[in-house]
Formats: sequence, C-alpha cells, structure tokens
Amino acid sequence: MLVRKLIPWLSRLLGGSLLLAANSAYAEYGLNLPQGVTEISREVYDLHMLIFWICVVIGAVVFGVMLYSIFHHRKSKGAKAAQFHESTTVEIIWTVVPILILVAMAIPATKTLLKMEDVANADITIKITGYQWKWRYDYLDQNFGFYSVLSTPREQIENTADKSEHYLREVDRPLVVPVGTKVRFLITSNDVIHAWGVPDLAIKKDAIPGFINEVWTLIETPGTYRGQCVELCGKDHGYMPVVVEAKSIEDYQLWVGEQQALALASTEDPDKVWTADELMAKGEQVYATNCAACHMAGGEGVPGAFPALKGSKIATGPIADHSNIVLHGKAGTAMAAFAAQLSDSELAAVITYERNAWGNNTGDSIQPSQVKAAR
Amino acid sequence: MSTATTHDAHHEHQPSGIMRWLTTTNHKDIGTLYLLFSLLMFFIGGAMAMIIRAELFQPGLQMVNPDFFNQMTTMHALVMIFGAVMPAFVGLANWLVPMMIGAPDMALPRMNNWSFWILPFAFLMLLATLFMPGGAPAGGWTLYPPLSLQTGMAFPFLIFAIHMMGMSSIMGAINVVVTIFNMRAPGMTFMKMPLFVWTWLITAYLLIATMPVLAGSVTMLLTDKFFNTSFFNAAGGGDPVMFQHIFWFFGHPEVYILILPAFGIVSQIIPTFARKPLFGYSSMVYATASIAFLSFIVWGHHMFTVGMPIKGELFYMYATMLIAVPTGVKVFNWVSTMWKGSMTFETPMLFAVAFVFLFTIGGFSGLMLAITPVDFQYQETYFVVAHFHYVLVTGAIFAIMAAVYYWIPKWTGNMYDEKLGKLHFWISCISVNVLFFPQHFLGLAGMPRRIPDYAVQFTEFNMISSIGGFVFGLSQLMFAYIVFKTIRGGAKATDQVWEGAHGLEWTLPSPPPYHSFTTAPEVK
Ligand code: HEC
Ligand SMILES: [Cu+2]
Repeated sequence: MLVRKLIPWLSRLLGGSLLLAANSAYAEYGLNLPQGVTEISREVYDLHMLIFWICVVIGAVVFGVMLYSIFHHRKSKGAKAAQFHESTTVEIIWTVVPILILVAMAIPATKTLLKMEDVANADITIKITGYQWKWRYDYLDQNFGFYSVLSTPREQIENTADKSEHYLREVDRPLVVPVGTKVRFLITSNDVIHAWGVPDLAIKKDAIPGFINEVWTLIETPGTYRGQCVELCGKDHGYMPVVVEAKSIEDYQLWVGEQQALALASTEDPDKVWTADELMAKGEQVYATNCAACHMAGGEGVPGAFPALKGSKIATGPIADHSNIVLHGKAGTAMAAFAAQLSDSELAAVITYERNAWGNNTGDSIQPSQVKAAR
Repeated sequence: MSTATTHDAHHEHQPSGIMRWLTTTNHKDIGTLYLLFSLLMFFIGGAMAMIIRAELFQPGLQMVNPDFFNQMTTMHALVMIFGAVMPAFVGLANWLVPMMIGAPDMALPRMNNWSFWILPFAFLMLLATLFMPGGAPAGGWTLYPPLSLQTGMAFPFLIFAIHMMGMSSIMGAINVVVTIFNMRAPGMTFMKMPLFVWTWLITAYLLIATMPVLAGSVTMLLTDKFFNTSFFNAAGGGDPVMFQHIFWFFGHPEVYILILPAFGIVSQIIPTFARKPLFGYSSMVYATASIAFLSFIVWGHHMFTVGMPIKGELFYMYATMLIAVPTGVKVFNWVSTMWKGSMTFETPMLFAVAFVFLFTIGGFSGLMLAITPVDFQYQETYFVVAHFHYVLVTGAIFAIMAAVYYWIPKWTGNMYDEKLGKLHFWISCISVNVLFFPQHFLGLAGMPRRIPDYAVQFTEFNMISSIGGFVFGLSQLMFAYIVFKTIRGGAKATDQVWEGAHGLEWTLPSPPPYHSFTTAPEVK
C-alpha cells in the first residue's frame, strides 16, 4: 500500500531534481563528468561512461532478477519455497564472467593511464606550489612567477552581497598557458598537503611538501577552466581556487612579455628609505592577502588556533623577535616562514603595519634594509 | 569444548543498579551496553552530520565558521566509525556468537567487561576536545600530516582516544576468536557455523592485524609533534606520504571490518524470510575470506593522486577491480537465496533487501573508483562521499538495523511494533537516497569534499541532499523510540520468533536465560 503511494512521490521528487539541474544556468556542469578540453580528458570521459554502462547493465540484470523474485516469490502469492542451495556450475559462471568483464575494462584503462603518466617532451614547465591558502605559479623557463589568490569578496561569502557567477572559483591572477602546447606542471607544497586539480583537463595531483609531482596537459581550445584545491588543507581549504586561462600562442607570448616587464619594474631600490605612511599603506595590503586568513583582518586571531596580533607580546615587544617569527615561521605550527614568500619591502611593511595597527601603537617603522640584514 | 558443559551457574546473584552494569561479565549485558553506547554515538555523530548538511544547504557561510566545519567533518567520521558502527558490531557479536555456537558465554568475560568500559572514556576524551581552546581536531579523520600536526591542544587527546579505541577493539576481537575456537557445541564444525559467526571470525583477524598498525602510525604522529622526530616531516628526512601508506594499510581492511559482519547479518536474515536455505554457503565463506585477503593489498587505491610510480598505480587498480569478484559472488548468492523462495517482508527483511540493493550501488561506484585514470576525476570529490555512505549507511548501518529488528524479539522476549518498524524503514530508505544519491552528481560535477562553502552551480543538489539528510536524521528518532518501546513491553515473542528461522539461538527461550547454554546442545 505504502509503497504504491510513495513511488510516484519519489519519482516526482527525483524527476523534479533532474529538471532543476537541467534548467540551471550551468547545465553543462549538471550531472556528469565534463568531457573537458584535452585528448586525455575525453579518453577519461569515455572510460567513465564505459564503466558506468557496464555497471548499469549488470545492475539491470541483478536488480531485475531480484525484483522479479520479490514480486513473484512471495508467500502471499502462494509461492512454495524450493530447497536448492548449491550449484558449483553457477558459482563458477558468476566468478568467471565478471573476471572477463574486468579484464575487458582494464585494457583501455591501462592504455589511458600510461598516456597520462608520460610527461616526456614537454614544451613548457610551470612549477605549482600550494600554500595555506593560495597557489603560486612559477614559469621556470621564463623566470617569473606569482601568487594566485581567491578574489571573491568577503561580503559574498558572508551573504551580505549577491554571489557572482564564478563565486569561489575566481582568482586575482590566473595561471596562463598556451593552447596546442604540451605543458608540464611540477607540483609541490610549502606547508601541508594540497591537491591541484581542474576537471576540464582531467588533472588532479597532490601537492606534497618536500616532494615534486609531475603532470602534463595539452589544451586544444582557448578558454578559462576552473577547479579548486581538492585535499583538505585547513581552515580555508574551500577558498583556494584554481583558474587556468588557455590563450592562443601569440596571446600567450604577449602575456609572457608583459609579465617579464612587470617583474623587472617591481625590482626595487634596496636602499630606499620608506616613510611610515608608505609602509603602513603597503603593509595593510600585504597583511590582507597573506596574514588575515589566520590572524583575521582586525588582528584578533582565532582563539586557540591562531594568536591575536592585536596587543600581542611579540608584535609589541622587541622588533628582533617579531621579525624573526615572520621571517622564519614557527616549526610544527601553521605559522609559515615568510622570508621566501615576500620581498624585503613587503616584509618591512607588514611588520611595521602589525606594530602600529589595531592600537598596537609602538611607533616603530622597519626599513627593508633592516629586513635584509635579519634574513 | 567440554568447558561449556561444566560451566557452573552458581553466580546468578549479581549486584544491582549501576554496579551491575559496571562489573558485569555477562555477554548479554555487555552486548546491551555496546549496543546502547553505539546508539548514543549514532545520535551524536548524526547531530554533527546535521550541522554539516545545514551549513551546506546554501552556498556562503551561514551557520558555522570553516574551522568548526572541519571539526565537524573530522569528528563525525571518527564518532560514526569508531563509536557507532564498530561497537554495534561488537555488541551484536557479544549477544549472538555464544548463542549461535551453543556456548554459555564469551570465553574471556572479564576482558569483555574491560574492552567495553574503555570505550566511554575514550569517547569522553575525544568529545571533550570540542570544548578545548582551538576546538576539536579538524584535519580530517584520516589524520594526514603535516595538517594534523597543526592541531592544537586537542592533539594528544585525539591520539590517546584512538589508542584506547584500538585496545578495546583488539580485546573484543581476541575474545571473539577465542570463543569461536574453543566454545563451539559438539558437532558445530567450522563449516556448520552460521555465516554471522564466520564473518565475525574473519573480521576479528582483520582487527587484530590492523589496529596495531593504526596505533603505530598515530604514535609516530605523536612523537613527530612532541618529541622532534621526523617520520613524516620531509624537512627532517621523513615522508608525509609514508603516513598515508601506513594509515591505509589499516584503513582499507578497516572498511571491511565495517562491512563483513553486515554481510553475515544479511546472510542470516534473507534465508529466514525466504524460507529457503542460504544459497552457496561454502562459496560465501570463501568469498568472505578472499575479500579479507584482498583488503590487505589494495590500500594504494586511496592514494592514486599522491604520485605513485605507474607500476604501483596499475597494481592497485587491478587488485581493487578483483575485489568486485568475491563481492559479486555474495550478491548473486543472496539473490539466488531469494529466488523461488516463499518470501515475506517483515522489517528485518525490508532492511536486508534494501541492503542488497543499495550496497550493490555502493559497490558499483566502488568499481568505478578503482579505474585509476578516472579515479583522478572522482578522487576527493562528493562522488567518493556518496560511494562510502552507500556502503556504510545503507550498507553497514542498514544491516545493523536489520539485525536489531531481527533479534530484538529474542533479546527482550517482546515483539517490536511491526507497523512502526515498516514506517521507519520506508522513511529511512527513501530519505537516505534523497540524501546520498545527488552527491554522485555533485562529485561528477567537481565539488570537492570537506568544504564548508561551494560554487553556485552546486546549489540545487546540495539543497536536495540536505533535505534528505534532515528527514533521515529525524526518522532515526523513530528507531530509538521503537527499540525502547520493545524493551519495555509488547506482544510476547515465541522461542522461534520467525517462521523460517533456523539456528541455535532460536532454540533458546525468548528472552534467553542469563547464561545462554549451560548444557551444550548437540549439533547434528
Ligand atoms: C596559516 C595560518 C597563518 C598565516 C597565514 C599567518 N600566520 Fe602568523 N601565526 C600563525 C600561528 C598558528 C601562530 C602561532 C605560532 C605559535 O604557536 O607560536 C602565528 C604567530 C604569529 C606571530 C606571533 C604572535 C604571538 O603573539 O605569538 C606573529 C607576529 C605572526 N604570526 C605574524 C604573521 C604575519 C606577519 C603573517 C603574514 C605575513 C602571518 N603571521 C600569517 C598562523 C599564521
Ligand atoms: Cu589546499
């Protein structure tokens, strides 16, 4: 009785949900793996569909037999129980047949896997480093690199502003690669394990501190492909997106030129003496992108996990201790060594900022030359 | 085996009140304690799941901050695995193994008492971390370093809690093994043992083999954090991936620890309600043993993305695919048992049949996950979450519920309320699919697991999943109500309880005497 009432309800619910998904503005993402934009990603998609249909067919047979039995071999329909309980023949059949199916499945899977792992003959190598909670991309052949940080505004996350189309999957500076070129990625991490992944490229690889993993891709169509960190890496694991922009070779070359010029322009005069205001302004910006995730924008920290810098003994005590922890971090905690991540002026600015913001009014200002000496 | 017959019954007298439960060495009392403890943990872990689903109802942060969200996912898993499912199975083993093999009690009753009473303290310690500065562990139940080493004050409590749970499990497992080897009634040969006993025997070996490995790996974490060792610290010459190898060497057999007893339960229930002997008894035993063996050589499939050599990836892919064979044999045997039976569908049978359906769906997604090149796409997404909840919730937990409905008339002497039981089944069965089925789609579309907030294209399915979750969560209150109602009273159960039931436990009165078989029965 109950069953008969519930089944239509269930089918309406499921049907409704499928419709919902189909109608949504992101229908291509709806229900299935994306086919992606590389030869490999399409092969992976085909394998996925193959194994899926194998499961559907086996499922249809097994569940079909079971349902038939459930409806016909009931006591209420007067079914008398047979007493057979053994048959070596059928046991052998249903051991051997699945093995054959598995072998048939393993062959194409092995072929694709071998292709995926063949990183030889890449034209470009890019090093990807995971940080809590951002990515760094270094173009090893062209000598420049940059950090890539979530660009979704805080207000959208806290629901005080409408969410944009690429909510949580947008960054300040995407990774840019040329189409039609075999690109090799060297993936590692600076702190905990992260994983770098983009479904459209069928890539997912762990970023492990102290180890370097290799993957490659060859994108065929220009476009923007999005993913995110896929290995739990702490508080803001959900907020470290991956955005890859594939450009035509010419556009890519132009872009590389710009980046190199930018890198050159930003090399700074090490002897420049900065005013307190300059340091504070730069410091606030450096703090927001590098420190606020843990120590919070107002310097209040997260009790028990990340110490407050507002009124902290270190941030208001001797400068040497303060710059020591910022430069060299603290082993065994989430406080990373920032000496390698930030430039002298950025470090000077952020330390100055921490010593004077939120009522920490120590009045100290630290010059890049002092940081250089402390390195 | 003769010890069983000479066991004297003079200590019928027992302390009353709380002391009875603290000092009891009786397999039924301890079984009850385990089962009630498991029920409590099921609700605590379930409450955490409700928080998770509430936060995920919409994109954006509504209820909790990301750090607390991570604490919830971590604790939900630890509580459900070590607090709800494992103790429930140990509780069932305590109640049933002696009755099924014709013994008066477990072989090592005092150790039995101890292995239970360690657990409340372990979980007190684990749950207390929620109230410590910095909160509970938030690095995932898999405890991967270096992240897990960033845990604050909670860290040593977590490690010691795991040590205690491990000790409890090992003692429970030893007890099962010793009981089965030494206390079988005359004529109860190995190949006559009920499948529940068989699957538990094999599970016990898995526990004894793997829990010490877990203990070792978490001890290494402890020394890395507090005593400057560098087992898992690359900067000190260690290897963070080594932890994952050691952990999953425990972790993969662990997932079979969570499912083999469920296979046993279902293999008891289906023949009863099909009124037909289990099809392929001996192939069931061999299939269980092969699954247990294979479970030791497939751990790498949890780690396909760490960057293994290609030979390793291929080996783990093939070995993992092989598990589908004995698992398939089991499913085919259950279906053949139903075939041409004379079936009725009381609540235990409903749960058992749903188990076969839904566990098989979890098995299919497991087979998909075995295919390494495609696993790269599925790994660490909601597809994996859907997969393991199909095998653990509609697998392990549905089997536990089936077992409770099936044996509670025997345990209490009272029939449960069949109408309510069926209602509980239908609501659970539908809502659990609304909860977990859409998660397959989310995973395929690329939503990672363990995130508190998500891109907008994942909204619809998350909403549906959360609604299913709330209904499933609430409907479990019904289960608790039915259980306590049955304990307090109800229609009197006969000794055999079910028309088609066979086995020694059904020859005892309902409820059975305090010491199950004081004279060993003769098994033909
Ligand atoms: C991933 C989280 C994280 C980030 C990002 C982070 N910190 Fe920290 N920080 C910590 C933790 C954890 C500690 C506490 C270490 C300890 O146990 O002593 C800490 C401690 C400190 C201290 C010492 C405070 C005290 O009173 O003990 C200072 C100063 C500091 N951090 C500055 C910074 C600066 C500057 C940045 C940005 C460039 C930064 N931190 C970014 C996690 C972080
Ligand atoms: Cu990350």
